[in-house]
Amino acid sequence: MTRALWVLAVLLSHWRRHPMQLATLLVGLISATALWSGVQALNQQARASYDRAAATFGGARSATLVGRDGATFPQQLFVDLRRAGWPVSPMLEGRVTIGGRSIRLLGIEPITLPAETTATPEIGRAGVQAFLMPPGQTLLAPETLAELALPEGATPEIAGAGTLPPLRMQRQLVPGVLIVDIGVAQRLLHLPNRISRLAIGKTGGARPPLKAVAGDQLRLVEPEAETDLQRLTDSFHLNLTAFGLLSFLVGLFIVNSAIGLAFEQRRPMLRTLRACGVSSRMLNSVLLLELVSIALVAGLIGLVCGYLIAASLLPDVAASLRGLYGADIPGQLQLKPQWWLAGLAISVFGAVAAATASLVKAARLPLLVAAQPYAWQQAQHRWLRWQGAAALLVFASAVGFLGFGDSLTAGFAVLAALLLGAALALPVILGGVLALGERLTRRPLTTWFWADSRLQLSGLSLALMALLLALAVNVGVGTMVESFSRTFTGWLNGRLASEIYLNAASDAQAGEIKAWLAHRPEVTAVLQSGRADVQIAGLPVELLGFADHDTYRDQWPLLDSSAGAWDRVKTGNAALISEQLSRRLKLSLGDRIQVPLTSGPWSLDVVGIYADYGNPKGQLGVVVDALFQRFPYIPRTRFGLRVMATAVPQLMTDIQQRFGLDGRNLADQATVKAESLRIFNRTFAVTAALNAFTLGVAGVALLTSLLTLSNSRLPQLAPLWAIGITRRRLAAIELLKTMSVALITSLLALPLGLSVAWCLIAVVNVKAFGWRLPFTVFPLQLLQLLGVAMLAALLASLLPIIKLLRMQPARLVKIFADER
Amino acid sequence: MLTVRHLTKSYRSAQEQVAVLRGVDLDIAAGESVALTGESGSGKSTLLHLIAGLDQADGGEVRLGDTVVTALPDAARAAMRRDRLGLVFQQFNLIPSLSVADNLAFQSRIVGRHDAAWQTELIERLGLALLLKRYPEQLSGGQQQRVAIGRALAAKPLLLLADEPTGNLDEATADEVLGLARDLVARTGCGFLMVTHSARLAATLDRRIHLHSGLIA
Amino acid sequence: MNDKTLVTRRSFASGIALLGLGGPRAWAQGFAGLGRDAEGFATVVPGKALSFPADHGPHPDYRIEWWYLTANLTDANGAAYGVQWTLFRQAMAAGPQADGWANPQIWMGHAAVTSAAVHRSSETFARGGVGQAGATAQPFRAWIDSWEMRGPDSMSNTSIAPLTLTASGAEFNYALRLDTDRPLVLQGDAGYSKKSERGQASYYYSQPWFKAAGSLTIGDRTIDVSGQAWMDREYSSQPLASDQTGWDWFSLHLSSGEKLMLFRLRQLSGTHYFSGNWITPDGRSEQIGSAAIDMTPTASTDVAGRKLPTSWRITIPSRGLAIDTTPLNPMSWMATSFAYWEGPITLRGSHSGVGYLEMTGY
Repeated sequence: MTRALWVLAVLLSHWRRHPMQLATLLVGLISATALWSGVQALNQQARASYDRAAATFGGARSATLVGRDGATFPQQLFVDLRRAGWPVSPMLEGRVTIGGRSIRLLGIEPITLPAETTATPEIGRAGVQAFLMPPGQTLLAPETLAELALPEGATPEIAGAGTLPPLRMQRQLVPGVLIVDIGVAQRLLHLPNRISRLAIGKTGGARPPLKAVAGDQLRLVEPEAETDLQRLTDSFHLNLTAFGLLSFLVGLFIVNSAIGLAFEQRRPMLRTLRACGVSSRMLNSVLLLELVSIALVAGLIGLVCGYLIAASLLPDVAASLRGLYGADIPGQLQLKPQWWLAGLAISVFGAVAAATASLVKAARLPLLVAAQPYAWQQAQHRWLRWQGAAALLVFASAVGFLGFGDSLTAGFAVLAALLLGAALALPVILGGVLALGERLTRRPLTTWFWADSRLQLSGLSLALMALLLALAVNVGVGTMVESFSRTFTGWLNGRLASEIYLNAASDAQAGEIKAWLAHRPEVTAVLQSGRADVQIAGLPVELLGFADHDTYRDQWPLLDSSAGAWDRVKTGNAALISEQLSRRLKLSLGDRIQVPLTSGPWSLDVVGIYADYGNPKGQLGVVVDALFQRFPYIPRTRFGLRVMATAVPQLMTDIQQRFGLDGRNLADQATVKAESLRIFNRTFAVTAALNAFTLGVAGVALLTSLLTLSNSRLPQLAPLWAIGITRRRLAAIELLKTMSVALITSLLALPLGLSVAWCLIAVVNVKAFGWRLPFTVFPLQLLQLLGVAMLAALLASLLPIIKLLRMQPARLVKIFADER
Repeated sequence: MLTVRHLTKSYRSAQEQVAVLRGVDLDIAAGESVALTGESGSGKSTLLHLIAGLDQADGGEVRLGDTVVTALPDAARAAMRRDRLGLVFQQFNLIPSLSVADNLAFQSRIVGRHDAAWQTELIERLGLALLLKRYPEQLSGGQQQRVAIGRALAAKPLLLLADEPTGNLDEATADEVLGLARDLVARTGCGFLMVTHSARLAATLDRRIHLHSGLIA
Repeated sequence: MNDKTLVTRRSFASGIALLGLGGPRAWAQGFAGLGRDAEGFATVVPGKALSFPADHGPHPDYRIEWWYLTANLTDANGAAYGVQWTLFRQAMAAGPQADGWANPQIWMGHAAVTSAAVHRSSETFARGGVGQAGATAQPFRAWIDSWEMRGPDSMSNTSIAPLTLTASGAEFNYALRLDTDRPLVLQGDAGYSKKSERGQASYYYSQPWFKAAGSLTIGDRTIDVSGQAWMDREYSSQPLASDQTGWDWFSLHLSSGEKLMLFRLRQLSGTHYFSGNWITPDGRSEQIGSAAIDMTPTASTDVAGRKLPTSWRITIPSRGLAIDTTPLNPMSWMATSFAYWEGPITLRGSHSGVGYLEMTGY
């Protein structure tokens, strides 16, 4: 043991003499761990909250029974099933409107609720009795309470249904849902003796088949390992994970080059240790021990940084998830112990992976044989050829994934294969370009320039690969975001046609407002709208009711429509459907869609398809009167106003004063547009931040590789200096060389990045969100990125260049003296 | 103490098998110092490496005390080197990131036979007292080799092996360094085998053997 | 003894504790009014005449109530088994009995089977008012989920016989027919059963004369069984005093033909409250005073981290009774939300026979 410690002390002494190298190694490991675990923390936080949502009161985590057509069913079925031995618990779900804000209401029956679903929130501190007995309780998360801007104990009015039981905050609860006793829910939702689903507990003895008790009325939904929210948000998390992984890999590039350098420098030391009687096994174990210790230290620091990254990105992630999917993520980062352990493990794993080549070399280190430079060069050559072949293979698999895969994962597989193939091919291509340059020049110094660049390539290629990947991803994501931004803006202009949007506090107030508006001449039209939520084929679908008015006919941008679409919608027997819904249910024009209702299905012809960017749910557009007829209890409080543009501010002020509507319930077109764009922009804030991180890490990788090279390159530069080339000139040549390989790499990154963008837009987005954007190239953006890349390369090469400029001639002379 | 019998070793080069040692016999008693000379390629270094267990013999036997070195597996040979041998090389092979003091102490630490009094005596005899905090790159060649000799003898080995220890040194320094090495070898009573191509230096040791075409001449 | 032991016999309130109505603290203070004065509920007074069939049905004016059946059974080879079936009712509030979810009654069922080797138990809960659980006097039904105690239209109200009884849980179920021509027996003083010196009491009657036959399934083995069964009906608004920590309850079928009900209410002071009824073969029920009964544990069993006195010596000198009881299965632990021990026992000594023992609050 002491022996091992002494050997370790000897090995560690290297770092004390080369602190910069240690710093590089640590930076690589820390940034790899930090970015990876930061992203993991975000994902974990989000998943935990989906789980919480799913586990709350018989979500997707326990088996449930639902109505065959998705509609509610009689409560008597619950009693019949219980009496037949089925351990079921009834629930009723719907939406209520409080102060113009629509919110999910869940009625539960706490006495029969299966233990496995109640584990999350115990019913209030005062217990079941307070929850069940009048006046009862409305349980809600602190976030929801804050959103409603009401104090605990308040009993808000539900439009058209009386008051809620007193609000009671419960920390463990997911945001965005009000939980009441099932009896209360039946009253508030106007669904006496109806239930929408039955959670099935795990306990109990024998039970007869479902059909024998409930006939055809119910359908068993098996518990899902994945929740709806998880499925919906998968793409988002995959996106984050992909970036995390990319940053991790780039970080490992740094680690790899730092460890490689350290190994080369310590090679004589290792030989000496072996000669002095340290066995090969002991030496290798201690090398591994050293690596693991460093990885643990770096991992811990990386985790702290990762935590900070996650904490700073969380608000944007939460906003994105809410905006895109309606998923509520608490803003406070909570991490499980597993996260810390996994972070340390990934740090150690990464370090060992990045050091494998060096460790293997150390293990095989011959005690006596001197290095054979030519053999090494040949091996390098063979390696390049092998790498080129591997790149081709990976590209082929990308094509394969594109052709045969149909899932989101396949989409990302295409992306990954594209990037990996390009990274593998890079040294081969660069080698080719430099060889070509060499062949085309005559002057000796220029020829040397090309040849020496080629020699340098093997040392730089990892860093250049990192640069290539970071740039390509930046180009890809940048192009996608920009495409999205343009399309979205144009689309918003079409969709937001009304000058003022208004949401009354109640149906009664809505009536008053309408009557009052009738006397305002500047109002040319009042466009009533309404919303209902249903489930079609297991998917959450929104029914959007709109008035039959020219505003829509003229401005609503349809992707595709049948002849006379608007006239057919007007009859109430036809609908427009969103692109998402059309893709998910594979519906096209002329198909028919069935909306389940308590009173029987509502059959609608599909006559138009419209873009509905950013909406996680499918949407059906129907004429509002038909909607109210089928859903008599939904609030009639929303409408848009067509007003002469100049009269908007005055009218807004008047409505505000007269009816006391605040900014949440009354907004002009510009505000709604700005709000939508703001949400949209936040959606990609995280992507942009990670993008920047990745580019930064790639820059560090380049810097470390150049630093590594600059030491080993002195023997190559010394002869040039000896034949009379000044240090200044040498420095200029070195800079030019680095910049030219960086430029070639960056230029290669552009087409790669555009392929990535195409892949994101045409494959990933369609699978993930259900809509496709037009693909546009933005040359200015590309130029800008090229500039950034060159700047990064310049910054990275500056330090080694300055070192060269300041180098004492004595050191160059010493090269000759030391050379063996 | 050291017995070498019928030792053979050949290397395979691209075209042919080259026999480097063709049956070497050699004995060194405790306290005896022996110079091994021969022209380049005669197999001097190979013989030294085989004795040190740095390489594997094809045939024959190397026996150090009661241990048959040639029969040992790699790990045991490493242990044998650690515990019983001191090695000095032409290129000094100090550990660049350790100070002189740490370089001196490091083998005896690894062996677990650190003797502070002996260490102090070594430093004094080798004249390193003022250099202890320096690093190898700050030393002259002669100074570096003195440190290497100190390191090799710190654990009081049975046998000191030196491969052209003065090859990188000028004549005066070489004499001085070798003088120190001889004194210390005498002080510890260990055996000393030195490869050299200098007949002048070889003459200063107890005995000289000459290797020619893989055989003791 | 721990602080969550203030529990009534039949531990009904325990289920409510699980649901959050109480909790250890609440128990220690005397839970939910069981140790306090009843508020808004009817009180139990001496001298009230029980009337049938009305009293077979629920009494929502009173806070708590139970329908309780235990059976000592044997199979064709003489191996002994025990069966327990219990339906509890508790009102969250006094007042009108609204229909639907507004109904304030909570129901709880416990069922168990016991053999010398295994003891299986199960529990279930329900709200009143929707039909998942309840009881009616005529025709007589008491049910929760698929568990049911049911009389045919021809059932005799004075003997509450014949009945059918079913229950099922994980890895067990049973179905029994119960019959007798003997009339019901009033416990305590003509159905008024005192639970402390300070007036806590319940209305309490039994049918100890049931002959039982049917089958039970444990795991995948179905066994035909027959034997004797004992039914208890009890309702009250405040059966326990605040310093009473639990109890030990016996229902005994003596082979000489008598039936014996005994209980000991353990009190914090250490002086326990004893009571019992001696039921002669001709059906007379005579109350036994607290001072006339001696019950002493003779052996204990470690169950679920507690020490339970599973063997007893019981002497009632005035009746010439001196017996030792041993459990069929000392691990008859009801691992329900609020756990207790309940299982079949055999007795030897001056009298022999079988019976049931229930111990709560350990």
